[in-house]
Amino acid sequence: MAESFEITEEMRSQIGQESDPWTYEVTTTSVRAFARGVGYTDPVYYDVAAAKQAGYRSLPAPPTYLGTPVFLPGRSSDTFSGPVATRRGLQHGLKGLLDGGTETTYLGDVCAGDTLTAVSKLVDLEVKESKSLGKMLVTTQETRYTNQDGQRVAVQRGQAIFY
Amino acid sequence: MTLQWDDVKEGQALPEIRKAPGVTQLVKYAAGSGDFNPLHHDYAFPQAKQLGSIIVHGRFKYASLGEVVSNWLGHAGRIRSISCQYRGMDFPDKPLICGGVVRRKWVEGGEKLVELELWTKTEDGKNTTPGSAVVALRS
Repeated sequence: MAESFEITEEMRSQIGQESDPWTYEVTTTSVRAFARGVGYTDPVYYDVAAAKQAGYRSLPAPPTYLGTPVFLPGRSSDTFSGPVATRRGLQHGLKGLLDGGTETTYLGDVCAGDTLTAVSKLVDLEVKESKSLGKMLVTTQETRYTNQDGQRVAVQRGQAIFY
Repeated sequence: MTLQWDDVKEGQALPEIRKAPGVTQLVKYAAGSGDFNPLHHDYAFPQAKQLGSIIVHGRFKYASLGEVVSNWLGHAGRIRSISCQYRGMDFPDKPLICGGVVRRKWVEGGEKLVELELWTKTEDGKNTTPGSAVVALRS
């Protein structure tokens, strides 16, 4: 548990800096894998014919799923599968990590066959204190997703809690 | 039966989904999402030992709120936004009751919008994942 923790100027300087773009693929197999992971029984997320009957181009991305990041050894996180570079900037030394919250705004539809390009940036840093975890660093990351036609389809904001 | 705007009433409950995700389900979610944080499958992982257990992915609960909305919507519209906060930890094999209620319906720019309040609750009624969503209905 961290007794004291302060946000340094160096950490603050990371706010607003955009990551390099990274590719997220939405495929029939990846949609099924996500739907199975959540526990969906709705055939629209598994059967292309059912999806088309429901009015989609192909299997729709289940809510909150914005594709699977392309995995490249050495450049992708072995743990979280996303690009390592997005997380490397912040040197805070805190070992514990919990998810704080997530918000997704959809601007277009996302279906199997789509290739999304994601660009992330850190938008906020905050120090909070909890009884059980002590001083915590709460980071807010914003990721914008653009599809293969150049259309912005989603913006996701996520809070991570380091303690 | 397709969900219609006229049938949506403020205060109406969305059908609940009751889950009790065990390690196998969490491993499937890890594979589907790419989140292989050992905190969600490895009891020997230091943070899991410290907490006394592995815990359910926050994002699994978030996606389950999406499932509640998707099942209710029945593809008769689309989700404009969905959010939640991870307020409490949930543990494997414990009941996770995912639900929601219609908070508001209104028309804006010709779009038929509905705001939903969402949650996951534990067996004893503790809301560990408060959330909300806005959906646009087709008709």
